[in-house]
Amino acid sequence: MKIGALAEVFPGENRVAMTPDSAVQLVKLGHSCVVQSGAGVKAGFADALYAKAGIEVLQGAAEVVAAADVIVKVRGPERAEAEALRPGQTLISFFYPAQNAELLEVAKARGATVIAMDMVPRISRAQKMDALSSMANIAGYRAVIEAGNNFGRFFTGQVTAAGKVPPAKVLVVGAGVAGLAAIGTSVSLGAIVYAFDVRPEVAEQIESMGASFVYLEFDASELPDGAATGGYAAPSTPAFQAKQLAKFRELAPDIDIVITTALIPGRPAPKLWLADMVAAMKPGSVVIDLAAERGGNCDLTVPDQKIVSDNGVTVVGYTDFPSRMATQASTLYSNNIKNMLNDLTPKKDGVIVQNMEDDVIRGSTVVTAGAVTFPPPPPKIAAIAVQKPREKVKELTVEEKKAQEAASFKAKTRSQVGMLVGAAVVIALIGAYAPSDFMAHFMVFALACFIGFSVIWNVSHALHTPLMSVTNAISGIVILGALLQIGSGNGLVVVLAAVAVLIASINIVGGFLVTRRMLAMFQKS
Amino acid sequence: MSIGIVSAAYIAAAVLFILALGGLSGQESAKRAVWYGIVGMALAVGATVFSPDVDHVWVIAAMVAVGAVAGWYVATRVQMTEMPQLVAALHSFVGLAAVLIGYNAHLELVGVQAMDATARQALIGFAAVLAQKDAIEIAILHVEVFLGVFIGAVTFTGSVIAFLKLAGKVDGKAVKLPGGHLLNAGAALGSLVLLVLYFNGAGIWALVLMTVLALFIGYHLIMGIGGADMPVVVSMLNSYSGWAAAAIGFTLGNDLLIVTGALVGSSGAILSYIMCKAMNRSFISVILGGFGTVTGPAMEIAGEMVATDVDGVAAALNDADSVIIIPGYGMAVAQAQQSVSELTRKLRARGKTVRFAIHPVAGRLPGHMNVLLAEAKVPYDIVLEMDEINADFPSTDVAIVIGSNDIVNPAAQEDPNSPIAGMPVLECWKAKLVIVLKRGQGTGYSGIENPLFYKDNCRMYYGDAKKSLDALLPLIE
Repeated sequence: MKIGALAEVFPGENRVAMTPDSAVQLVKLGHSCVVQSGAGVKAGFADALYAKAGIEVLQGAAEVVAAADVIVKVRGPERAEAEALRPGQTLISFFYPAQNAELLEVAKARGATVIAMDMVPRISRAQKMDALSSMANIAGYRAVIEAGNNFGRFFTGQVTAAGKVPPAKVLVVGAGVAGLAAIGTSVSLGAIVYAFDVRPEVAEQIESMGASFVYLEFDASELPDGAATGGYAAPSTPAFQAKQLAKFRELAPDIDIVITTALIPGRPAPKLWLADMVAAMKPGSVVIDLAAERGGNCDLTVPDQKIVSDNGVTVVGYTDFPSRMATQASTLYSNNIKNMLNDLTPKKDGVIVQNMEDDVIRGSTVVTAGAVTFPPPPPKIAAIAVQKPREKVKELTVEEKKAQEAASFKAKTRSQVGMLVGAAVVIALIGAYAPSDFMAHFMVFALACFIGFSVIWNVSHALHTPLMSVTNAISGIVILGALLQIGSGNGLVVVLAAVAVLIASINIVGGFLVTRRMLAMFQKS
Repeated sequence: MSIGIVSAAYIAAAVLFILALGGLSGQESAKRAVWYGIVGMALAVGATVFSPDVDHVWVIAAMVAVGAVAGWYVATRVQMTEMPQLVAALHSFVGLAAVLIGYNAHLELVGVQAMDATARQALIGFAAVLAQKDAIEIAILHVEVFLGVFIGAVTFTGSVIAFLKLAGKVDGKAVKLPGGHLLNAGAALGSLVLLVLYFNGAGIWALVLMTVLALFIGYHLIMGIGGADMPVVVSMLNSYSGWAAAAIGFTLGNDLLIVTGALVGSSGAILSYIMCKAMNRSFISVILGGFGTVTGPAMEIAGEMVATDVDGVAAALNDADSVIIIPGYGMAVAQAQQSVSELTRKLRARGKTVRFAIHPVAGRLPGHMNVLLAEAKVPYDIVLEMDEINADFPSTDVAIVIGSNDIVNPAAQEDPNSPIAGMPVLECWKAKLVIVLKRGQGTGYSGIENPLFYKDNCRMYYGDAKKSLDALLPLIE
């Protein structure tokens, strides 16, 4: 199949859906590639780079559309682009089918197939083509950089000869992919980072990135189940929201940088950082609203603009963070596309198989063969295993602990005394019948067992093999038995004893030598 | 040499043996301790040979010389990966010697009892001891001989089978004859009946019949135990060989044999206990060859195994600051310890922290991995036990799993229905990245799926461990 990448027509969009590297990978799958002239320029991939990689560069969009069987793009198609699709042609790009019903109809009427990169289900297997995640990662990183650009201080605290610099305090609201990326970046710049999310199960992830999780006091039943919504956040109850806002209000005066990333699928962004919180912040503070495209999490956000509030707080509402890092974003996005085509080309022979039984392909295909296939049925595998409620370890009071210790001490004493009494009875029974000579030996035996147990417990685990070989060697002590018997007048006894001497000496010599050999190998660094 | 001096030598030998075992608490003191053992043994044997009780010194000299040469040959030629086989083979010798000495005791006893009083006066050595025994002592002696032969015979065939399994000459899988453990129980019961008969004066036939039954028990018991349980088997046989020596000591009335036997017996018992604890299984369940009871369906595993290639592994290692390597039996099979050592050296030369995490039951012998790594000149102070290193995984960049499976299975902690639930495992999945070197996609010895391989931070690097590592070495820079 011939795969063609179009230049983006949306104003300010710098990304491209195919890089020279990803095109080379696509060729390995048996496809051939074309690219519209100038498509990658803004992302740092000049036409010459494509030509050098052996990719055909065509002049205009129309030529690419005419030549290619599969069109790859970043942004969803404009109406004109959708109308240019021909029957049997496949378009792979972001599409947002829920918001673009009209475009769906156009594509259906044209008889084309549309694979929406934003519809890739969130299952482990599909992570390699999850473009929303890869773009969110970039947005999270860029948000911190953008914040730093608008923030007049260091992130990290320093004590210098010229004075002390306090560390910046960053609050990240919403710990999805973008939020976690923002946390990681802020932490690595040295800031003190707090993070909040309505899904308590992400607390562990937040803490693993080096931020502290902002806990709310709430009842577990008020919470939506994160697993039921495919790993995305769900709307929360009014009571919960009130508590959440109260917490933010309490934090606002201390926070230097707020990065909000809260989105709920298929709904406008929830308002979380209200005007009064902005007003409570110190002058020079920064709010970065990553949800600006969907209305913003902050009351003051103006999409695509940076504004400064009356009290000197900068509120950034850019919606094109990934595009502001076009080279990186294009590399990752083109890899997502490549991985999608990899799954679409199971035999790596350049033939695309639209396997609608496959959860990932079924989920992301929104139009095919003259029919709208959106919304898809729920995937067969749940995105995230259902969270089990954590068992609470009951905190014991001092008295309870003491009582427990006393009880276990008593139980241990009982079992030890029981065993001692039992052993004493057994030994007394033996002693009642056995001759004194035997009992003397038995005493030696019992003491040797005790010495053996206490000595062996101290042997280092690393030396267990030498321990076995040395015990092998010393158990060759049975040679004494054979030595004492070899003086017998009975010929058979002499022969048997001689054989026993022979094999016991193998044991003694072999065991000691191999132990020495092994111990000599243990070297300190 | 007088009896008093011989006894003194025996006391010295017993003390030296205890010091020899006690010295194994540290690598450096162990090097000295093994000499205590050697000196102790030399004292004991020397004193016995030159005591007035021993005759046929030339036969002894010849036999000791032949045995010493054979022992020296084996000890210098054995590969470190073959240590489990060697240890098992040496156990079988002790078992066989115990059987022979037990039979001798019986034959001597019969001989002595047939003599008249004047002939008894002329006896030396063991026969002289026997000549002085009264009726009760002889009855006790019967029991001691019987036990010594029984334990010796079980140890003998058990160790032979363990040797053959470890050497790969017999299939490592658990094999049972129809009837299973009922056969063993029957044979043990038969032996008990024979003991009663023998105690009441039955002839050598009871001893022979019991020996046959005991040999069968040893054979069948170990045949029924699978390869990965061998650490327990070998330590158990180690323990048995000690108890056999102790039983012989009782027969002969020799305290040094009793002391040494008890030391070895308790050593093996403790090793078995440690191994069972490390698998969270009872000793009985290991010996009977079964896993714990499964109470429900296993947890479903979501995700897929993601393969990686040599470049991916090299890039991850070059970026890493801290690395933990988890070797298992697969490393021994592939003879990859030298390559592992070379990798360690290269990584350490680049200032990275490299450590080894050793699970108590990794390999086929307690401490097997430590010896292999020591052979490959990995310094022992970077080879750590499970308890020492488990807390360090979250701060580790890369964990490399080489040929181990069940000992890194997170199901042991996460899935209460897993057959290995509760077994202590190395928590390597907490590292930032886990690289698993493995031949193919199969399950481990226990046949349990390993959710580790499906985790997001796990990459599979398929292929023979040695070849994979050798391909990796030039790429570490």
